Amino acid sequence: MRSNVSEYEFIAPGSLDAVLALLSAEPGAWTPMAGGTELMVALGAGRLEQRKLVSLWGIGELRGITASADWLTIGAGATYTDIRENAAIAKEFPLLARSASWTGAIANQNRGTLGGNIVNASPAADSPPVLLVYEAEIELVSAQGARRMNYSEFHLGYKRTVLRPQELVMAVHLPRGHRLPVEYLRKVGTRNAMAISKVALAGVGAMQSGKVQTVRIAAASLRETPARLSMTEAVLVGHALTSDRIQAARKALLQEVKPIDDVRSTAKYRAHVAANLLEEFLNQMAASES
Amino acid sequence: MRDATPTRIVGTPALRKEGFGKVTGGARYIDDIVLLGMWHGATVRSSIARGAIKDIRFGAGINWDEFVIVTAKDIPGANCIPLIVDNDQPVLADARVNHPEEPVVLLAHPDKARLHEAVEAVEIDYDPLPAVFTIEESERQQTIVWGEDNVIKRFLVEKGDVDSAWQHAAHIVSGEYRTGAQEQLYIENNGVIAEWSDADGLIIRGSMQCPYYVHKALLRVFDLPAEKVRVIQAETGGAFGGKEDYPSLIAAHAGLLALKAGRPVKIIYDREEDLAATTKRHPSRTRYRTAVDKDGHLLAMDIQVDLDGGAYATVSPTVLSRATIHSAGPYLCENIRVRSHAWATNVPPHGAFRGFGSPQTIFGIERHMDQIAKAVGISPEEVRRRNFLAQGNATATGQLIRDPIDLRGMMDRALKVSDYHAKRARFARENATSSAIKHGMGIASFMHGAGFTGSGERYLNSLVGLEADASGHLTVLVSSTEFGQGTNTMLSQVVAEALGLSCEDVSIAQPDTNRVPNSGPTVASRTTMIVGRLVHDAALALAGILREKNLLSEEFSADEFRAACAAYTAQFGALRSEARYQPPKDIFWDDAKYQGDAYPAFAWAVYVAEVAVDTRTYAAEVVNFYTVQEVGRVMNPVLAAGQIEGGVAQGVGYALYEKVVWKDGRMSNNQMTNYIIPTAADVPNIEVYFEEMPCEHGPYGAKGLGELPHDGPAPAILNAIQDAAGISFTSIPLLPEDIFLRMAEAPEPECLEIVGSAKGPQ
Repeated sequence: MRSNVSEYEFIAPGSLDAVLALLSAEPGAWTPMAGGTELMVALGAGRLEQRKLVSLWGIGELRGITASADWLTIGAGATYTDIRENAAIAKEFPLLARSASWTGAIANQNRGTLGGNIVNASPAADSPPVLLVYEAEIELVSAQGARRMNYSEFHLGYKRTVLRPQELVMAVHLPRGHRLPVEYLRKVGTRNAMAISKVALAGVGAMQSGKVQTVRIAAASLRETPARLSMTEAVLVGHALTSDRIQAARKALLQEVKPIDDVRSTAKYRAHVAANLLEEFLNQMAASES
Repeated sequence: MRDATPTRIVGTPALRKEGFGKVTGGARYIDDIVLLGMWHGATVRSSIARGAIKDIRFGAGINWDEFVIVTAKDIPGANCIPLIVDNDQPVLADARVNHPEEPVVLLAHPDKARLHEAVEAVEIDYDPLPAVFTIEESERQQTIVWGEDNVIKRFLVEKGDVDSAWQHAAHIVSGEYRTGAQEQLYIENNGVIAEWSDADGLIIRGSMQCPYYVHKALLRVFDLPAEKVRVIQAETGGAFGGKEDYPSLIAAHAGLLALKAGRPVKIIYDREEDLAATTKRHPSRTRYRTAVDKDGHLLAMDIQVDLDGGAYATVSPTVLSRATIHSAGPYLCENIRVRSHAWATNVPPHGAFRGFGSPQTIFGIERHMDQIAKAVGISPEEVRRRNFLAQGNATATGQLIRDPIDLRGMMDRALKVSDYHAKRARFARENATSSAIKHGMGIASFMHGAGFTGSGERYLNSLVGLEADASGHLTVLVSSTEFGQGTNTMLSQVVAEALGLSCEDVSIAQPDTNRVPNSGPTVASRTTMIVGRLVHDAALALAGILREKNLLSEEFSADEFRAACAAYTAQFGALRSEARYQPPKDIFWDDAKYQGDAYPAFAWAVYVAEVAVDTRTYAAEVVNFYTVQEVGRVMNPVLAAGQIEGGVAQGVGYALYEKVVWKDGRMSNNQMTNYIIPTAADVPNIEVYFEEMPCEHGPYGAKGLGELPHDGPAPAILNAIQDAAGISFTSIPLLPEDIFLRMAEAPEPECLEIVGSAKGPQ
């Protein structure tokens, strides 16, 4: 432990209203903490700059997973374990259950939350690519009210989001009844478990009469934020998946990603492997109609 | 004492002596121990690789009066941890620092939480000096950082006439191979507690392998007589060599703080500090130039071994020795020359890690054998078969193999249990036509010498003791430590077997230099063979004492033994026997020429790796791993298999995952999230097969086996990758990013020179 915990303040008001009131009263002073799987690591390493922490753990309004006719709503406080064990997610949004199973260890999955994964805004996070291809919406809440937007508009830049200091992520909404026949998700980490992704690619799509009718592709660790690869999608929609078309898609991907060299991998490797994963996904697409 | 007679307890899966405590949380590790009035210590370390210390300043914002502060000036004795070389690593850097993370100032405070901020507030000013960070920079000798030539230690081994052999060669095959640093990554970080009193002197409790190494080091640092230093091993959560020499340094630090504070001081490293500051496996570069005839027989081997020793000598001379002796592999060759060097660099000293130099050179020779096979046009298994050592042959150091060995039989078994031929044929077919995933099979055959090298055991002169109380319960007195490998269980089995008792009748005394004799360090695969044998001798001696007093007959039951102990203690008091190491009469070693019997015995092995290389992610994964080994008598099949499985897992990490990223001599990925070791999801199915050829030197025919399994996996895995992908990789760790560079981009020429005609050595 490289921090002196006596220098930190940690409170647990216990209800959503009380937390939101606190955030509004002193905007920016308090950092919300749900499972703590990110912040506690920073605390242990002596690099947690935020000294005032407010707990979201145990606030029931944030944690439920509920279904309406059109939406499956996952509370921001739902843990990876909650997501892995939910029958509706397993049936209708299986990529999300899979990505949740890849995050950390069982202990991390019991504490870590979907909202935390999103707000932490790591470009390498496991959940966001899946939320992007499922066209999720995100609901933000403050004492002043709520707002809802496409999740694709949430991330602004490296570790920057639209979230205001007095706001919390309330829930993620997934549109029901639009499941596409081909779903793809692959994470390339530094090892098979307990790993941060070097590159990850999620894809969903449908073919019609030998051509790409719909396709959505998103990636982790390829840009400064989790990212939809819309240029690549545009190259594909309406076209047959010939080898030339697949090569064109690879090129488009390489143009729109901006990977970096870091302690886990190299930019070249990330870009090349992402293109390989794209090709693997497109081969699945091509085979889906036969 | 070649002994294949049936046994009751030796050879059975006796339960771990300390297992219940570990599983139920009862085991007390050093950080579980709290002494009355204890303070906590922390270390201020150098931030540069090399330079003169100009000034040490204690910054504002801290009430320094609350702290105890120790610098080199506070050391009562010598500012040095002497292990092999005198005037070696200092306890605290004084005028100059020679590597990043070198200890300079020690702080103690009653509140552990206050220490981190205080460490950060100590400012050290330097005049930086040029530094070297690699073998290449060191051997260039433009910047001298050690002695006159940067050479910590060199060896020359010569057998036959290497220079005349090249003209007879059908093929000359050369290759260069490299291995990286590797962290031991014991689960429990390093830690000690020191207590000082004028009456008793210094008492050290800690996580360690070698209590008497710590004892010896502290006598000089504190200038104390032997009876004024007491070292006690606490329960130790893994070591793998990483707690062979470093605990002496931490013990000295805690001791200095305790002496100045006048109260107990505990120092526990966190993972980041442990990774950045303590020892790792020596990085290596080996170069092989070999002459072979048209059938693949080795005619000559000219071998260069170079290790990166780090900033101080510490154990590098002996690591280099073992690397040198193992560099020719388990092969017969009449003409061998090995030239080896340990080079000084300005990185934290590299140290002991399971295998101790042999994984480095066995990686070289076993990768090289596959290149010879390719050059000659025979299979990897055949080139090995044709060159295997056999009984009556002489090794590189001229050691005659007296014990029976059957490497060919082990090769047959390894190929059979791995279904090698059928799989290889199938993979060749499938790899050519299809699939993104290429499969391959690779072999490594190797040996590992048990016990200290050369005359080491003579110098150690180990002593063990055995005590019996009136109820006939026995206590083994050794300084050999348990750190997960099974020492306590194995020694209990030996005593129980020898005296007709059960393991429950035997306890192992906590290693405490006030109570146990010096049975040597717990290293070098020596504990079972050397110490186990001495404990066996002590058990027989104890029965002998009872017989001398006519209390025990030649044959006896457990009850008769207990009755005899009761009668003896009632009449004569304490019942205790001892046994001291007796050098075998037919073992000779010449330290000057580096010739003779390097080890009393070798364990032998043939390993087969089955890998899958994914051409989309460039990741190599080990799918199955087959191990066949001959380790003498297997004392405890469960613990022995566990040693093999664990060693293979570490070997998989060494080959494919574990990369120390260096930045100006400092490990920059000193967190477990970025220093990647394999998880259970990355470790292959491991199959373990033992051949048992009882050895005369160990108890009940046992040899050493602890280090052996780390030697073979890396070359077997890279050989299998060559089989799968058709690319010869020569360097580990081999990460997907490295495979990508060769597979996806323009192929580089292979690091291999094949010459058909005669050519002299370079």
